[in-house]
Amino acid sequence: MTKWSIDITFRRGHFVLDVQLKGTHSSVAIIGPNGSGKTTLLRTIAGAYRPEAGHIQMNDRLLNDTSQALHLPPEDRQMGYVPQGYQLFPHLDVLDNISFGRSAHTPQGKGQRRQRAKHLLEQLGCAALIDRKVRGLSGGEQQRVAIARALYIQPHWLLLDEPLSALDPRIRREVRDFLRKHIIQETRPLFLVTHDMRDVFALCNYVYVIEDGKVAQEGTPEELRTHPTTPFVEEFFFADMISRT
Amino acid sequence: MRQPTNRFIYGVSICLAYLMFGLLMLPLLGLLTATTPAQWLTSVKQPIFLPALWLSLQTTCWSMCIILIGGTPLAWMLAKSATRRAQLATFFVDVPLVLPPAVVGIGLLYTFGPSGWLGSWLNDWGLRVPFTTTAVVLAQVMVSAPFYIQSATASFRRLHPDLLLVGRTLGHTPTGVFFRIALPLSLPGLLAGAALSWGRALGEFGATLLFAGNLPGTTQTMPLAIYMALESDVHVAIALSLFLAACGIFTLFALRVFPTYFWRNTEEVQQ
Repeated sequence: MTKWSIDITFRRGHFVLDVQLKGTHSSVAIIGPNGSGKTTLLRTIAGAYRPEAGHIQMNDRLLNDTSQALHLPPEDRQMGYVPQGYQLFPHLDVLDNISFGRSAHTPQGKGQRRQRAKHLLEQLGCAALIDRKVRGLSGGEQQRVAIARALYIQPHWLLLDEPLSALDPRIRREVRDFLRKHIIQETRPLFLVTHDMRDVFALCNYVYVIEDGKVAQEGTPEELRTHPTTPFVEEFFFADMISRT
Repeated sequence: MRQPTNRFIYGVSICLAYLMFGLLMLPLLGLLTATTPAQWLTSVKQPIFLPALWLSLQTTCWSMCIILIGGTPLAWMLAKSATRRAQLATFFVDVPLVLPPAVVGIGLLYTFGPSGWLGSWLNDWGLRVPFTTTAVVLAQVMVSAPFYIQSATASFRRLHPDLLLVGRTLGHTPTGVFFRIALPLSLPGLLAGAALSWGRALGEFGATLLFAGNLPGTTQTMPLAIYMALESDVHVAIALSLFLAACGIFTLFALRVFPTYFWRNTEEVQQ
């Protein structure tokens, strides 16, 4: 079981992110209104920002600890980060995108790396994408390639920022099933930022609600649905109930 | 009642647009009609032509090397930093664009000249910059570098920060991400900036004349050769001018066509 703890304060202009998250849950959803700090939190975990105070810890591994002036750069964190909009490298083909990653677990030679990327795509049920160019991939295909690219380095954590947004309902369902089938069963912790309660119920076993840079509520998806404590959470689930009817 | 007025304004606008376009084309037409191919061929065989062309090519190559090597990291820093200091630096990088080249020339002369603060120090080491080929290169760098730095900065700014962050989370150092992601994706902008910058360096006149003089074989580049040829043989001046104009048009064409082709291949997936 993976124990993790995030206790950070981060300031950017007038915005202050001040959150404490702790647990052993493997799939965590982060929800909240636009501009509440969800993406900033994910980027801070990925190492893009240096917190003003606090720490980020996974098991015994400290990624940040301001009391020790410790800040591991993103390349040393082994995080599988899938940002909004996929951000595939448009000048590389699918296999080069996936085999772009370098870690202690990845092979050295280009041929071996591409072979492993091919194998990973097959494992993920995306063998049809092997010989494709990034240009011309659909949104759902780009998302799968982005996830495969993140998994290639065998990350300790997987950080997904709205992986299902901007997809039409059918593709959204397909990618959600893909995530459930290939990602959620793995033991590595997953942080998922989403605006859709269906993703939360399908993919996550714990939820943090972030509002104005602070944790406004936390609990299992069912707890939040039955006992919302903020208007945002209430509305979120109300919208979900409407969408279910 | 309004329709005839609108039609009149539309007609006047069309006339003004054609007039403006014609005005811009006039110098080129003037050059083309001022000589014949036979005259042009005779003129380019004059002794002033080849040394000036060779010196222009040599010096612009050197100035482009300096601009690319120094300007690329500067553009990257300016693009990636949002501090006040960076904004101020961006402002000062653009200043040579609005300064008359003669002012840049005087500035250089009073920096590198024997009484200049840097020139006097260089003199102690036995180095003299004004009125040498080095001075030509320096003048070209000063007036043309902002074109490259501006274009490169804009290209680097277009890169989504998450694209670079993903590269780093995938185990690459900032340098690795720069060379493997930022540079290839910004290449059209960098090439466009380099082409503009080269074109500007090739046509540089004012700063070179003041800081480097007009010494055949040493500091006499093509624009300065045109200036000198006007006093002796106008056909040589026209031949040199046509050659420079052709270089400019070719550069502009390459600059427009290449980025369009490149971005067609990458833009769709970069959003």
